[in-house]
Amino acid sequence: MSLLELTKVGRRFGAIQALDDISLTVEEGELRAIIGPNGAGKTTLFNLISGSFPPSEGQIRFDGQPITAVNPDTLVRRGIIRTFQITQVFLSLSVYQNLRVAVETAMGLQLRPWISRRTRAEVEAKVEELVAVTRLGNKLDRIVGEMSHGDQRVVEIGIALSRHPRLLLLDEPTAGMGEEETHHMTDLIRRLNGDQGITIVFVEHDMAIVFGIADRITVLDNGTMLAEGTADEIAANPRVQAAYLGSELEETAA
Amino acid sequence: MNTATDTTAVSMPARRTIGGREIAAVLIWLGLLLAPLWLPALGGYMNLASRVLIYAMVATGLNLLLGYTGGLSFGHAAYFGLGAYGTGLFLIHVSNSLPLAILAGTLLGGLAGILVGPMVMRRKGIYFSMITIAFGQMFYFIAVRWNSLTGGEDGLTGFSRVPLHFGSTTVDLGATNFYYLVLGLFALVMLIVWQILRSPMGHTFVATRENPMRLRFLGVAVDRQIWAAFAISTFIAALAGSLNALLTSFASPDNLGWQLSGSFVVICVLGGMRSFWGPFLGAIIYVAAQDYLSSATQNWMTFIGLIFVLAVLFFPDGLLGFLKGRTRS
Repeated sequence: MSLLELTKVGRRFGAIQALDDISLTVEEGELRAIIGPNGAGKTTLFNLISGSFPPSEGQIRFDGQPITAVNPDTLVRRGIIRTFQITQVFLSLSVYQNLRVAVETAMGLQLRPWISRRTRAEVEAKVEELVAVTRLGNKLDRIVGEMSHGDQRVVEIGIALSRHPRLLLLDEPTAGMGEEETHHMTDLIRRLNGDQGITIVFVEHDMAIVFGIADRITVLDNGTMLAEGTADEIAANPRVQAAYLGSELEETAA
Repeated sequence: MNTATDTTAVSMPARRTIGGREIAAVLIWLGLLLAPLWLPALGGYMNLASRVLIYAMVATGLNLLLGYTGGLSFGHAAYFGLGAYGTGLFLIHVSNSLPLAILAGTLLGGLAGILVGPMVMRRKGIYFSMITIAFGQMFYFIAVRWNSLTGGEDGLTGFSRVPLHFGSTTVDLGATNFYYLVLGLFALVMLIVWQILRSPMGHTFVATRENPMRLRFLGVAVDRQIWAAFAISTFIAALAGSLNALLTSFASPDNLGWQLSGSFVVICVLGGMRSFWGPFLGAIIYVAAQDYLSSATQNWMTFIGLIFVLAVLFFPDGLLGFLKGRTRS
């Protein structure tokens, strides 16, 4: 059984057909890239999967269960967590405070004015785990709003990890990052997928990253699915070459 | 004021050391305990000190909502006033037990806050402020119109501070003894708020202020956080209102009105919305200015306004930063 399964999914906004007839499956443990030009419908697809709004047609299944009209809160509890194109963190708090409140709310403690020593130790242990995975250990007391964009992105992923995602949706994780930051981010994505076994679907414009780390690639164009396959298959697909990638792809694949 | 100096919410993983903050807290509590010794030398009197603590109490509670959770309520006088009327009416009609009268006033205002909370918690920014004013004015007009019970515009009189009984000993509540009663309850409120701010609840309040959308997408019911902060702050406001009625032996419709609600906000902003002791500092400035300036000029509010404008100008992260944060959400 596939972890995520979309069957003939479409979404209209008034007269505009943002997505049409999308059928795709993502297997447990997969690292899937979604590419396509601006306006291809990549973020709309994320919004549908994460429950921001329901599809106009078709069905979405997660872990075999239909999630077509399930609200985001419930999806979070089932293990679908997303990040946003614009980084969503708690800007005037420190890295430690960001991760701590993420862990505390993950444990359902948000209305507890008092916690036992043991619960506090449990919170701290879980924060430690997030710190270890994200390698933010030397930046714990930095105010997130004063950090680089790349670091903020890592904090955002750390917050998402507090929910123990089974499916992590990353919307342009390396957008606007320098070379070194991009390298850190791709390394983190690879570790989350490889070491932690988290299924990841990410939207990305940087073809070097996409072809470098993705197990499979889905190509969207103008709201429809143009192609899907491994990096080699996509690189060799004449429709993709013609419609979208062109010479850029040949350079990357060479 | 830099957000990095957000004192109480910051708790580094590093080991704790005794610093300036702890020393300042000890000095503040010592100063409050010894107030009867030094205050008269500065021209103050015990009832003035009680008023400072009462205003500091309500402002500290309000700041839990305003400064930490990011909800600008312009209606907290309603709960302050309900506490005042509740205590007065209890003493007149039910029993002349002081502890029970304080409890009755606190419960009346706090339960009203719990009921109003769900109706305001989904509103954002300016709409939140407007609807809190609306509910505040509703209670104000009830107090004015319900003449037979509340005394209407003349206010509620006919009750006073009855002595406290501890077994066979009786304690008269003169100005100094009453100050110590208020100080004890003020300490209790400060302890509660301090504990909340260092708990997961307080951390989530701050996260609600910072980025409600992020929290919502983590599966946290943000509305309930706002409701909780609102309800806690109204309980504290009601307790303060109850004590204010006992201080003046009087409950007036003005105790419920929007002008007083505005003053509570001014106190928070004056002293600093992002710090634990800010509202206390604001209350000292406000009450002292009210006391000294009002004896010199009828236009004392002009001076409060001037101080307020200067505070906002010099601490742009105060009110302005807050409004920005709310409009982003």
